[in-house]
Amino acid sequence: MMTELSLNVLDVAQNSVKARASLIEITVESDFDKDLMRIVIADNGCGMDEQQLNAVCDPFYTTRTTRKVGLGVSFFKLAAESAGGEFSITSEKGVGTTVTATFQISNIDRMPLGDMTGTMHALITLNTDIDFVYNYRVDDRSFTLDTRELREILEGVPFDVPEVSSYIKEYLSQNKSEADGGRIL
Amino acid sequence: MKSLEELKAIREKMQGKVGFRKEDADSIRVVVGMATCGIAAGARPVLNAFVDGVAEAGLGDKIVVTQTGCIGLCQYEPIVEITEPGKDKVTYVKMTPDKAKEVIEKHLKNGQVVAEYTSVK
Repeated sequence: MMTELSLNVLDVAQNSVKARASLIEITVESDFDKDLMRIVIADNGCGMDEQQLNAVCDPFYTTRTTRKVGLGVSFFKLAAESAGGEFSITSEKGVGTTVTATFQISNIDRMPLGDMTGTMHALITLNTDIDFVYNYRVDDRSFTLDTRELREILEGVPFDVPEVSSYIKEYLSQNKSEADGGRIL
Repeated sequence: MKSLEELKAIREKMQGKVGFRKEDADSIRVVVGMATCGIAAGARPVLNAFVDGVAEAGLGDKIVVTQTGCIGLCQYEPIVEITEPGKDKVTYVKMTPDKAKEVIEKHLKNGQVVAEYTSVK
């Protein structure tokens, strides 16, 4: 099991990386009125056929060869379903895959969201050839980080040089606090 | 809200420097296992410790911190492999951010392998 939802996001997004996506969109939305948190990870990677899609939530299904279990998607599904939420995954071969998980915010079994800034920062700086769109919303306050915009401004300066890497981390963490007012989700 | 203007200033500063570090044959590679097993065992804080530590030490032009998937030793995660041209690969097991700091200080800065954190070959 993971200890924070942000770790599930990091893990499931690695599947998008392995699916050779060029664009990965990650959305985290919290509506306190509806007591609902929604996390979406959508990519334009290679996608899965129907047989793979049916097997993907089975912890004993994996395409890897280093071990015989594949727990990433199963953990995320379990996290949602044990917190009064729902889990779905849709995919089309050659088009991409979208993973959606919802959570009842007040549910005592909901894991904390945790360090989403750390997750996004790791994804962006470790996969500098992939573009990420990150949407973070709490009620009516939100922000979006689109690495395509950063790429345009940077004119070839890579995301993983220390100055740019720390800018991205600060950008994520400051805008996050402004959107959620420092509230721990 | 942090603005994108600041990023322009960084770009201008960086563009003055000739040639960005590109990973080359002389680079030292620090590879953190970031599959489900690694992440569940705490690989993200270890990765952050290496990224921040390498930047603070000003070693960013010599050392590349990167990730890999599962190498099949899940019970020893977080695993960090350090490869240096002309030397044997060193595999550190059950890493923590504190151990990472020690590895940066002793191994990456001074070339001394921290034997007590390595696996048995």
